[in-house]
Amino acid sequence: MSNGNGSEPRKHTIAILVENKFGVLSRVAGLFSARGYNIESLSVGETLDPAVSRMTIVVHGDEFVIEQVTKQLHKLIDVIKVSDLTDDNHVERELVLIRVNAEPQHRAEILRTADIFRAKVVDVTAATFVLEVTGEEGKLDALIELLKPMGIQELVRTGKVAIARGPKARAKKVEPVKRARVSDDPRVVGFAD
Amino acid sequence: MAVKTSGARIVLECLKREGVDTIFGLPGGAVLPLYDALYDFEGLRHVLVRQEAAAGHAAEGYARTTGKVGVCLVTSGPAATNLVTALQDAYMDSIPIVALTGQVPTHLIGNDAFQEADNCGITRPCTKHNFLVKDGKDLGPIIREAFHIASTGRPGPVHIDLPKDILVKETELVWPDKVQLRSYNPNYDGHPGQIKKAARLMVQAHRPVLYVGGGVISSDAHAELLELAELTQIPVTTTLMGLGAFPSEHPLSLEMLGMHGTYYANMAVHASDVLVAIGARFDDRVTGKVEFFAPEAEIIHIDIDPSSISKNIQVHVPIVGDCRRVLRALIDAVREEMGGGVPSLAGEARQQWRAQIAQWREKQPLRYEWDDTLIKPQYVMQEISNLTRGEAYVVTGVGQHQMWAAQYYKFKYPRRWCTSGGLGTMGYGLPTAMGVQAAHPGKLVVNIDGDGSFAMNSQELATCFTENLPVKTVIINNSGHGMVRQWQRIIYKERYCAIDLPGIPDWVKLAEAYGCVGLRVTKPSELAPAIEKMLATPAPVILDVCVDKDECVFPMVPAGGANTDMILTPPTREVREKAAKSQTGF
Repeated sequence: MSNGNGSEPRKHTIAILVENKFGVLSRVAGLFSARGYNIESLSVGETLDPAVSRMTIVVHGDEFVIEQVTKQLHKLIDVIKVSDLTDDNHVERELVLIRVNAEPQHRAEILRTADIFRAKVVDVTAATFVLEVTGEEGKLDALIELLKPMGIQELVRTGKVAIARGPKARAKKVEPVKRARVSDDPRVVGFAD
Repeated sequence: MAVKTSGARIVLECLKREGVDTIFGLPGGAVLPLYDALYDFEGLRHVLVRQEAAAGHAAEGYARTTGKVGVCLVTSGPAATNLVTALQDAYMDSIPIVALTGQVPTHLIGNDAFQEADNCGITRPCTKHNFLVKDGKDLGPIIREAFHIASTGRPGPVHIDLPKDILVKETELVWPDKVQLRSYNPNYDGHPGQIKKAARLMVQAHRPVLYVGGGVISSDAHAELLELAELTQIPVTTTLMGLGAFPSEHPLSLEMLGMHGTYYANMAVHASDVLVAIGARFDDRVTGKVEFFAPEAEIIHIDIDPSSISKNIQVHVPIVGDCRRVLRALIDAVREEMGGGVPSLAGEARQQWRAQIAQWREKQPLRYEWDDTLIKPQYVMQEISNLTRGEAYVVTGVGQHQMWAAQYYKFKYPRRWCTSGGLGTMGYGLPTAMGVQAAHPGKLVVNIDGDGSFAMNSQELATCFTENLPVKTVIINNSGHGMVRQWQRIIYKERYCAIDLPGIPDWVKLAEAYGCVGLRVTKPSELAPAIEKMLATPAPVILDVCVDKDECVFPMVPAGGANTDMILTPPTREVREKAAKSQTGF
C-alpha cells in the first residue's frame, strides 16, 4: 500500500467515534474494501454515550494512504471524529482466548506460563484449559508461541483497542511530497516553440 | 392531538415542504401506497419515465440546471438496482438528488421476498448517505436530513429506502425546525491565512492559470470567478464539468483542459508557475500523467471537500471552503495585496506570459478540416452553438460527440450544461434532457448524442412525447461507437472490434414511432436549415446527422500520457506506433 511517495508503509492505529446506527460498520469497512485495502483488525463497542460507538482500526499504509483514509472516514456522515493514534503516546490492548491441550505432564508448565503472562484460566477440563489474556500484540504472540508445543485447539483474538495517554491526542501533520520538476521531463524540451 | 396520516402522505407532504415541485419516477408494488397518495395530492408533478435509471438522470438534469435538489421515486428490487447507475453518476459529478426507493415490508426484509434487494447495501458506496426508514415517526426527520445532506457541503445523491408497511401505517408527521448533525459540519469559509497566502502567490506569479471545475457552478460562484479573473488578468481553463462557469469567448478563456482539452490550455497549465484549482478535483482525464502535471507550479486548491485536497496532486496551499465564499475573500485579499496599482500584473513577465499564450492559441487553435460532401461533427457543434447563440440548455451523451460539444459549443452562462463527467454514462443524454426540460418549460433544451449512446435510453422518447417535454436531440450518427473506434484506430493498430452500429434503427422512423418528429441530414449544406427547423418545432425532435465516421477528437492525450504529449491531428503511423507502446487502456 505504498504510492511510492517516499514514506514507508507501517501499521497505523486509528480511533473513530461514530453514531451508533446500523450500517455504520459496513460504511467504514466499505471505505477500505472499495480501495482494495485490508483492515488488519477492527473492534467496536459502545462508549459512555450509548448513541456513540468507538471503533479501533489497525491498517497498514504509508502517510499518503493513511491521510486519504482518515479524510474519507471524516467524510462519512455518521462519523463524528477520527484520530490517528499511531504517533501519540497511547495504550493498545488485545484480548485473546486460547483453548490449549492440558495433558497431565504439561498442566503445571501451562499454569506457570499463564502466571508469567498474567493470563487467567477461565475453563478447566481433564484434558484442556481455556486461558484468557490481555496485552499488546507482542506479548500475546509470545504466549501463543510458548503454548503451541502443547497443542492449541482453538484461539480467538479480539483485535486491538487503543486509547491515548494524557488529556488529548495530537493532530497529525503530513509533509508535502515532492513532485517532478520540468527539468526532469525530457518531453518538455522545446514546448514553448 | 396531532392528526395521524399514512406514511405515504407524510412523504409527499415532506417533499412539498422541501420545495419539491417535480418527481421523476416509475411505480411498482412496494411504492404503490405512495402512488396512491399521489393520486389526489396537490402541487407535485410526477413525470413517468420508462426505465428507472432515466428517473435518476432526469433528477440530475433538474438539479444541475436549477440548483435545487432533484427527486426520483422508484419501486423496490430491480427498480432500485436500475437506479444505481444514476446514483453513481450523480455521486461522481456531485449532483444533489434525493432518490426514494420502495422496499418490501419490514417483516420481510432479508427474507428474499418478491422484488427484494438490499437497497441500502447496494447504494451505500454510490451515495453521499443513505437511510432505511424503520419507523414512520422518522420519515420527517430523515427526509429533512436527506435534503440537507444532498444540498450542502459537497453536494451528492442521498437515498431513502421506504418499506411498504411504513408507507401504509398511519402516524404523525414529525417535522424538525432545523437539521443538526453533530457529525456533519461542512467548512464554508476558507482559512484567512491561507487565502492571504494564495492572494500573494497570485499577484506575484509570472505565469498563473485558474483551473476551474464544477464546484464553481455548484456554489454559484461564476460572478466571483469572473471578477477575480478580470481583476488579476489570469487566464481561465475549465474542466468538462466546469463549462459555463466562465464565458467560453471571454478573452481570458483558455476553454477546456485535459485529455481532449485545447492545446493552449494544456500548455499554459503545464508551464504555469501558480495554478489555482477552484472546485476541481484533479481528475485523471484532466491531469494526464500526474508527475508531469503543472510541474513548476505552486498549487492552490480551493474545495469544500477536504478529501479532494492532495488526493491526486500534492497541493501547496489548500483552502477548504465554499468556492463562492472563498473567492469573495480571495478577491478582497488580492486587492489588498495589489495595493493601489497592479505593478506585478503589468510587469514584463506577465506580458511575456500573455504573448506566449496568444502564440500557442494562434499556432494550435481548435480546428478541423472542412469537407464539402461529408458533414464534420465539429461543424454541427458550431452551427448549434451559433444558431442557439450559446444560450440553450445543452445535454450530451458520452463519447466523441460529448467532447466535440465541449470543445465547440460556446457557453455564455453557468447551469446550462449537463454531461456525465465522472462516470461517463452512455445513455445519459435523453433522460437528463427530460429533467432539464421539466425544470424549464418553454426553454430550449438540446440533447447532443451519439448513435451508440442515444440507443441506451431511446425508450425515453415515449416520456418526452407523453409528458410534453419537447427535447431536441441531435444524433451525431457515425454508425458506430466512435470513441472506441478512435482508440482502436490510434492505439490498437486499427484492429476494429465490436464497434459497428450499421444504421439500425432508422432514427427518423423511431422518432415517428414514438410520436416525435424525425429529421435527417447527410450533406453539410442541409445542416443549418435542418437545425433551424428543429429549433422551430414545438415537439420532441430527433435530428439524425450522418457525419464523417472517420473523424476523431483532437487534441487527444493518450491515457496515462503527459498533457504535453498531445496528438493534435490525425496521427501518422509513427505516432500510432508510439501511442501503442505507451498505452495503458481506458
